[in-house]
This record gives sequence, structure tokens and C-alpha cells, in this order.
Amino acid sequence: METKADGVDGSLILIKQGAEARVFESSFVGRRSIVKERFSKKYRHPSLDAKLTLKRLNAEARCMTKARRLGVYTPVLYSVDIVLHTLTFEYVEGPSVKDIFLEFGLRNGGVVEERMDDIAMQIGHAVGKLHDGGLIHGDLTTSNMLIRAATNQLVVIDFGLSSTSTLPEDKAVDLYVLERALLSMHSSCGNVMDRILAAYRKSSKQWSSTLNKLAQVRQRGRKRTMVG
Amino acid sequence: MKKMIALGFEGSANKIGVGVVTLDGTILSNPRHTYITPPGQGFLPRETAQHHLQHILPLIKSALETAQITPKEIDCLCYTKGPGMGAPLQVAAIVVRVLSQLWKKPIVAVNHCVAHIEMGRIVTGADDPVVLYVSGGNTQVIAYSEGRYRIFGETIDIAVGNCLDRFARVLTLSNDPSPGYNIEQLAKKGEQYIDLPYAVKGMDVSFSGILSYIEATAVEKLKNSECTPADLCYSLQENVFAMLVEITERAMAHCDKKDVLIVGGVGCNERLQEMMRTMCSERDGRLFATDDRYCIDNGAMIAYTGLLAFAHGASTPFEESTFTQRFRTDEVEAIWRLKEESEKLKRVHG
Repeated sequence: METKADGVDGSLILIKQGAEARVFESSFVGRRSIVKERFSKKYRHPSLDAKLTLKRLNAEARCMTKARRLGVYTPVLYSVDIVLHTLTFEYVEGPSVKDIFLEFGLRNGGVVEERMDDIAMQIGHAVGKLHDGGLIHGDLTTSNMLIRAATNQLVVIDFGLSSTSTLPEDKAVDLYVLERALLSMHSSCGNVMDRILAAYRKSSKQWSSTLNKLAQVRQRGRKRTMVG
Repeated sequence: MKKMIALGFEGSANKIGVGVVTLDGTILSNPRHTYITPPGQGFLPRETAQHHLQHILPLIKSALETAQITPKEIDCLCYTKGPGMGAPLQVAAIVVRVLSQLWKKPIVAVNHCVAHIEMGRIVTGADDPVVLYVSGGNTQVIAYSEGRYRIFGETIDIAVGNCLDRFARVLTLSNDPSPGYNIEQLAKKGEQYIDLPYAVKGMDVSFSGILSYIEATAVEKLKNSECTPADLCYSLQENVFAMLVEITERAMAHCDKKDVLIVGGVGCNERLQEMMRTMCSERDGRLFATDDRYCIDNGAMIAYTGLLAFAHGASTPFEESTFTQRFRTDEVEAIWRLKEESEKLKRVHG
């Protein structure tokens, strides 16, 4: 693909309108890049909106770089603009884990076990590393994980809801969010979560307290359906 | 062909309702009675069940009279199996068992949450929306996928309605017609926005921390006259509703759906509807919402959902016509949706 001259607004191409941000393709000093702009949400009270937008922009920039230091692949951060609420980072070429899993679901032959195993293992390892470093992703879904086409490596994206914490509770909730996303979206793929947790055990030193807590969080989840 | 008719009983919380509906969704009658407690108090299971016992028989009579039908014309008896409070649930379950033997009619057990969704769909005409189900006992973001209503996001502690109700008790607002309604009215007079914790975890939300915080802040700030009760109601609504709209939008993005349907008691709140509508219009989607006749627990929604299942061959054997406090939305196989989906596919592919 041809890269255009950098720095002009005209070179922004909208590729995705997310719930909170618009994602553009652009170029940054000649490199293919992604610009993620957090926009204000009209339904929110202006002061709440300003607070959340800035907080998440900061959190995302900090956590993305922290994750890299912990040895988890994330896109390389190029620049942060707190006035325009934009982050500029590397363009990662490859499909999302959601698309790969959905394709497995659609195929008549079902799941390609080897590929599935590899992805699940990478997810477990990555989350384990994040958690051991005290980083909670906050929105672990299959749409927030990409597989780099060139190397088949897992790249974790969207740290907009991330925070730092060493509490087993927070880690367990992080895993629970992932489990629920898998159940609701990829129930036809078999039990991916077990494979992810197996890898997580190997990679996280504190796996035991986190997984114990996860059992409790699940219990709470069941209990929640009370009065109609 | 004669239209199929169902009689439905709802009594999972503080409302007891009896409804008569036909399969096309026409509501022939839908009377209900609400157990209202004094300001500052919530409803307890035993007293609520007592209230239901007192009102259920007159309600059945009035439902049949308004609908101008006799028990003979009824095809099935539907009741709320759960989720809800045990003692109030028991009232409807027992009445249905007795009537089924007296009148020789089949029973259909219904999941309360699914009933809210189906009622919302037939009343508004929403085809395949993301559903936000918000009430005193439940807070869930639901979408249909592969034969079931799946829960994409929910509260990890108390329900949003519970949070509002309990805050209303702190301010000793009236429980008539409902604490949430009185918070909504008071919030309209609020001017100052007070910063509150904001707790979204992925597609899940948490309200208990916000409640503790605002309970403590309220006492302190009101004592020092730093704000008014109206300001607190306004800020609480703005904060918790923003959280709900956010997780709904997240679920929409995740399952690629355009429309939103709000059901459940808190769904009547016009501020919540307004915020949701703003979000939907930004995404070129539509908001479907209903008013207090359908949002709030009622017998017709149970009757209609039970009838849907009955028309597709499902019924509950007498021995299994029990009730349960815990009954997840995704435990129910939505057999009627499977048929709808396959008909849709047929239309598309000729």
C-alpha cells in the first residue's frame, strides 16, 4: 500500500466507529498507523464525559506501554494528543480473534484444533503476564485481540478500560469478563476458556489465588438473578 | 380457527398481576396490584406474599370479567417460575396448580426475564434488538444468539433498581407509585452535578460501591447544606444511567446489532430512555421502549410468553410446576425464536 504524506487531516480514513472512539487509518512519519480518537458522548453529563474521556485516554496510553514492558505484544504507541483526545499507534496487519473463532463456528468441519490451541495458549500467557505485572485489561473480549498475520502472534489492543491492580478480585473479574465474552459469542467453538486457563496457570505465578477468586466470582454471577 | 388464549400470573416481586392475552399479542385484560410499603422501608418476602394472597383471587375474577371470557375458553395457564423472591413466587405457583386441576388446563412455567423481553418485542415491534433489562432485581444486557437469550453484560452485585430504591429510602421518598418514579421526578429539579464513582468492567457494571458512597455523601452534604436531595437524585441518575447506556452500546458493537429495547421497571424512566435514544441515533439505530403498563411486571407478559411456548409444543408437567429464586435468562430455550429465524432465512433465500 502506498503511504501518503504525513500530518494532514485529509489522510485520515475512517475504518471503524467503535462505541467510544473512531479508529482511523493514517500515516505517521511515513509509517502506516492507526489514529484512535475518543469522542464525547452526547448522552453523558458534560462533566462526567470530560472526566471519563481524559481518564481513559491517559489510562490507555499508560497501560499500552506498560503491557509492552511486561512482554505482551501491543501496538507501538507513536503519540498522544490530550487536546484532540487521540492516540496514534502502529497499524497491526491481521484478523481479530473474534473473526477467526466465528469462522471456526461457521465451518462444517468445525474447529481447527491446532490453531485454536495455539491462540488459546497465547491468550492465557498474555493475560497471565499482564496480571503478574499488576495490569488489568478491563475489556478482554475476542474483538480486542488480533493475530498478526506475518508472525501469528497475539496482539492485545484497546486498553481504554485498563487499570493497575494486584488484587486477585480484579484479576478474577478480568478473566470472568473474558469467559463470558467467549460463552456468549463462541459457544460453538467448544471450551476455549479451559485451554486459556491452563495456559494462564503456567504463565502466572499467582494463578492459584486468582483462580480461587474466579470460582467465587462465578458463584456470585449465579446468585445475581434474584428478584424480578 | 379459534384464537389461542392464555391466562398469566405474575408475582415474583411486590406486584401481583393477572393477564389474559391471545397469541397475536392482543391484551384482553391485565389488572395488577402493587404492595406499597411506607417511606424508608423496602418490601419483605413474607408480607409481600401475604399481600399477593389477598389480591390474587379478586384479580383473576376481574381479569376474566374484563376480557369477557370464561375459564373454558382458556388454552393454557402460565405463571412465573422465577427468578424472584421465594414466598411471593409461591403464591402464583400454587394458584396455578389449583386452577389447572379445577379447570383441567395445561400449565406453562415462564422465565420472568424472558417474559419482559417478549412483551417488549410484541408491543414495540422490535425484531432483533439488544435488550437492556433493568428492574429492582435485575440488570442485564441481553441479545438473542443461537437459540437462547444470552446475557452479554450484567451487574456484578446489586441491580440498578435496587440501588435507586435503597437511595430513595435514605431520602425517605415515598414508595408510591414506586421509589424510582419519585427519584425521577425529584431529579428534574436537580441543578448541581456531584461527582460519583463510575464502575464499568467490560460489559458488566457494579452499583453497590456507588450506593455506599452516595449514602455516606448524602448524609454529610445535606447536613452542611452543600447540595439538595434533588441534586443527589439527579447526579445518581446521570451516573448510573450513563453506565447502563455505555454497556448497552458496547454490547451493540460486540454483536453488531442496531436497535435497543429497554424493558423492566427502571425502563419507564424517561431520562434513561432519552439518554439511550441519543446513543442509538448516533449509531443510526432505533430505541424501542414501553411505558409503565408493560415495563412494570404484569400478568399479560407471562401469559403471552407462556402462550408462545405452548403454541410451539411446550408445556410444564404438573409435577414440575415448581418455582425457583434463581433462574437465569440463558437457561431457557427460546423455541419460538428458532422458528422465527428459520422463517426469516426462508424469506431471504426464497
